[in-house]
Amino acid sequence: MSIHDEEILGKAYDARLMRRLLTYLRPYTRHVALALAAIISASVLQLSQPYLMKLAIDRYIATGDLHGLNRIAMAFVAILFAAFALDYIQTWTLQMTGQRIMFDLRMQVYGHLQRLDLQFYDRNPVGRLMTRVTTDVDVLNDMFTSGVVSIFGDVFTLLGIMIVLITMDWRLALVAFSVLPLIVIVTQWFRRNVRESYRTVRTWIARINAFLQEHITGMPTVQLFRRERRAYERFDGINRAHRDANVDSIFYYAVFYPLVEVVGALASALIIWYGGGWTLQGTIAIGSLVAFLLYSQRFFRPISDMSEKFNVLQAAMASSERIFKLLDTPVQITSGLGARGSGLGSQERPMLRATHAPSARPDAGEGHIAFEQVSFAYNPGEYVLRDVSFEVRPGERLGIVGATGAGKSTLINLLLRFYDVTEGRILIDGRDVRDMELAEVRRLFSLVLQDVHLFSGTIADNIRLGERSIDDERVRRAAQAVHADRFVQALPLGYASPVAERGATLSVGQKQLLSFARALAFNPRVLVLDEATSSVDTETELLIRDALHVLMAGRTTIAIAHRLSTIQDMDKILVLHKGQLRESGRHQDLLAQRGIYYKLYQLQYRDQDVG
Amino acid sequence: MGPAFRRLLPYVLRYRRRFAIGLTCVVITTAIQLVSPWVLKYAIDDITRGATRQKLALYAALLVGVASVGAVFRFLMRRILIGASRDIEYDVRNAFFARLQQMPLGYYQARRTGDLMSRATNDLNAVRMMIGPAVMYSTNTILMFVVAIGIMLSIDTRLTLIALLPLPLVSISVKYFGSAIHKRFESIQAQLSDLSAVVQEALAGVRVVRAYNQEPHEIARFKAANAEYVRRNRVLIRLQGLFYPSLTLFLGFGAVLVLWLGSREVIRGRITLGEFVAFNGYLVMLSWPMIAFGWVTNILQRGMASWKRMLEVIDAVPAITDDHVTEAGRAAPLLGAIELRHLTFAYPGSGAPVLADVSLTVSAGQTVALVGATGSGKSTLISLLPRLHEPPPGTVLLDGIDVREIPLAALRGAIGFVPQEPFLFSDTIAANIGFGVHDEAPENRMRAAAAVARLDKDVEAFPAAYDTVVGERGITLSGGQKQRTALARAIMMDPRVLILDDALSAVDTYTEEEILARLRAVMRQRTAIIVAHRVSTVREADLICVLDKGRIVERGRHDDLVAHGGLYAALYRKQLLEEELAAS
Repeated sequence: MSIHDEEILGKAYDARLMRRLLTYLRPYTRHVALALAAIISASVLQLSQPYLMKLAIDRYIATGDLHGLNRIAMAFVAILFAAFALDYIQTWTLQMTGQRIMFDLRMQVYGHLQRLDLQFYDRNPVGRLMTRVTTDVDVLNDMFTSGVVSIFGDVFTLLGIMIVLITMDWRLALVAFSVLPLIVIVTQWFRRNVRESYRTVRTWIARINAFLQEHITGMPTVQLFRRERRAYERFDGINRAHRDANVDSIFYYAVFYPLVEVVGALASALIIWYGGGWTLQGTIAIGSLVAFLLYSQRFFRPISDMSEKFNVLQAAMASSERIFKLLDTPVQITSGLGARGSGLGSQERPMLRATHAPSARPDAGEGHIAFEQVSFAYNPGEYVLRDVSFEVRPGERLGIVGATGAGKSTLINLLLRFYDVTEGRILIDGRDVRDMELAEVRRLFSLVLQDVHLFSGTIADNIRLGERSIDDERVRRAAQAVHADRFVQALPLGYASPVAERGATLSVGQKQLLSFARALAFNPRVLVLDEATSSVDTETELLIRDALHVLMAGRTTIAIAHRLSTIQDMDKILVLHKGQLRESGRHQDLLAQRGIYYKLYQLQYRDQDVG
Repeated sequence: MGPAFRRLLPYVLRYRRRFAIGLTCVVITTAIQLVSPWVLKYAIDDITRGATRQKLALYAALLVGVASVGAVFRFLMRRILIGASRDIEYDVRNAFFARLQQMPLGYYQARRTGDLMSRATNDLNAVRMMIGPAVMYSTNTILMFVVAIGIMLSIDTRLTLIALLPLPLVSISVKYFGSAIHKRFESIQAQLSDLSAVVQEALAGVRVVRAYNQEPHEIARFKAANAEYVRRNRVLIRLQGLFYPSLTLFLGFGAVLVLWLGSREVIRGRITLGEFVAFNGYLVMLSWPMIAFGWVTNILQRGMASWKRMLEVIDAVPAITDDHVTEAGRAAPLLGAIELRHLTFAYPGSGAPVLADVSLTVSAGQTVALVGATGSGKSTLISLLPRLHEPPPGTVLLDGIDVREIPLAALRGAIGFVPQEPFLFSDTIAANIGFGVHDEAPENRMRAAAAVARLDKDVEAFPAAYDTVVGERGITLSGGQKQRTALARAIMMDPRVLILDDALSAVDTYTEEEILARLRAVMRQRTAIIVAHRVSTVREADLICVLDKGRIVERGRHDDLVAHGGLYAALYRKQLLEEELAAS
């Protein structure tokens, strides 16, 4: 079984990660300072309570001073209200800071995702990337709000108690502290084991989720192939391992908490034994003894609290590691440096730019496209395209054909700079696409893909996307032109109708027409089309075909065709075979060559020859 | 408690002995917890009176001894009760999955995967919290509450009543804040899922976003959702910021009252100093049960709500079962003769029939093609054969026996089904091909199946060949490769009936032609039902049926249908026309 990123859990504390996390605090230094001040003051107030008790016993109960007792009670009430205010300030500032940092971090991760190369998307399923933006960031939030800061508060309380005890009576303080080594040992033991078992539990939860996800979506397949029993056995195995891992971790908790209590009782016993003796000798007041007992009880609470925070901390470390790994993934495809005419810092591709001077310069901005000896490999050494050269003049219509895997889609991927060429270059109006701004390159094109992607929002939103300049009128005209208007008008709210989850309520053909409308509304110089393979009924098919003509009219077009009928009247047809450009020309010329195109054509239309 | 609670009992009662022992441990633990302040009281009273060192040693030893005994029972309590809750969680999760496996396709079409998964994980966890920690803590706190108050009353009745004055405030605020926080929490979760949806869309459609330069727009959309998320959290934080401090405040009032009034009692000599200290100890002990009451009621509410959601699945009645199996069905020879008798079918819940009065006889070994526009009922028709949806009684027969009378396992074992959108599992290609074969199949059979599906060459190009692990849902394979793997998987079963539901749509024409030729050889003795759009795919079939709006409107061989001049002929003419245009 493969180990997913999700299953990797690192150390509970990693200084390098922590330092980097702390940089996110920088914009909020003042908030953090305020929160810290509140935490410290609150701890001080909390610590003063047993001391007040001691005062009450030694000074006033012993002497029967009722006025003094009143003052103590008043002080107590004042402390309570002050503590209330401080607690509120602390929670509010800290948690809001946490939220703001999470907001920043989320924007950063998401912004980076919007820039990362498509190659990255090929390797990482969407579900995993979503986890980075949502769950992982939330886990970090836990650390900022409850974990790390409360540890800080705990540490401060511990220190405060120690100081108070030492000032009250340093001998008795030493007696109370003598159990500390025991606590350290117990805590170390607990931490080590719990970290381990937590890791195991997390792994099994991830496996349960993965298994369920897969088997719920694939349940019809499981049933058709009668795999129910075996699937159940596998599930039972994972489920059982998950339970056993949990039972293991219960053991550590079940031992740890009682043990801390025993150590606490030991401290009380020592205080009674020594402190009691000293009280009898008269070297310590009875009130101090009581205060000592009260403090020692408070002493052990933060310790067990702190141990519980280790899980939070560990999960946060693992999440931040994953997030940083994503943020550190470099973006290779960026706007070219020549984009704004500056030749600065060309360190990335100096040779290429130096050796290839633009050959011809047609009128700027017309959309003249040239592939010059382009080769491409998704994985080093495995070439998908080899030495492909061709040219598309403005207004020309180009068809690309070839069997699956011939490299047709790759051509489009390179043209839109979803990937960069491995060798050779692609020129638009004489400029290397790598020297242009990304947006400048892509603005030239409208891309229509096989699988239509719809966003939630209205029909109109899906046609204009985020482009404010495309008004309702333009949306409607585009839809009309590609025959989408009729079915859109038939919807209850017309163009304002919401598109359900990924267009579930629309037919394949309707979605296709919408994507045409989108392409037309953007009025691109070049239309890039990856023809749909999925079959639709004849009527829709005719609509689509007609819409295509509208779309292509007077526009440079590059179309990948699966049905040869679509491209017969193209100005030029390229035949790709195993990554190489083998034939090119017009339909009739290619047929006359009796080469690959002829064969493809024969295959597709053989049936009709017989009839 | 209602019927949902009654359905939970069997799961819990299976471990009744452990619960009995565990709860006994809770009682003992609580008793011991309550003894400790008492020991302190005697110690302090003795010290004020001037005790001996031996007595001090005795008290010290008592403190440690009592704590140690308490620790043992505390350990047992946690181990036994929480352990039992883990066992119950395991049982329930298995029952949940077992029931899912019995639910038919229609069930899944009406539900979202994420929802079912969250029931199996989040809801189950809430249920476990209810039967494990909640039971343990509530027993502990109730006991502690009752006994501590009893002891406090015995020390000083008036002081006890005064000390308890602020406690109702605590419980009320726990209740109030608890439900308010819960409500905000839900709205935050809802926003989180909206946020996820935005991310999901933008990432899944990354090509469109990039091609149309929509990155800034997508970032703005995300920013809005992100800001809304923070805004909702803000409200929650304000509530939480008030909640815990107010608890401390109320509990503090009790302590002040005790200090103020109690110390007067000590001065007046009505109680001893030791009693005063012990009294304070018990008061501190009470603060935890007060907070826990609110916490436990929350867990119980949430747990029961979650349990009801789980029961919706666990108690769901599978619509397609072996209930109608007969002797004849069990003994069916399963040769592959198919008959449809006046089959009319509508999806449950929707009135309009998808298939209307369809009758068809296919003898064993025949190849039948189904042609028709999208929505004409082709896919529905073939889904009734392996009972992915339930046909009406007596309408779908295999070898003359109603498919409902044949055990599901036998029926599906005889049918190789290749769906339009194949589902592959994240396992090796070999395992995916052998998915429907339950014994260890020899490797050459697997290779042969792959060869028929024209998958062999593709696979040999992979570094790990058949041991290549395909990603989630086969993400590493192309659409055509996935379809061909699904085809090999069906062929591997060596089925009497092979059903292809437009199963080669992502395969190019050339490869499709090759596959069909190889299939014909394999399928010579077997029944095949092929749904397709291309004439080339269906023209060789023994029988072609044209469906239109749920009815078979034409049937016959290719030549007959062309001669007949109906829908099929029109489809064919259209393709001919294309060819003429092409030749011009």
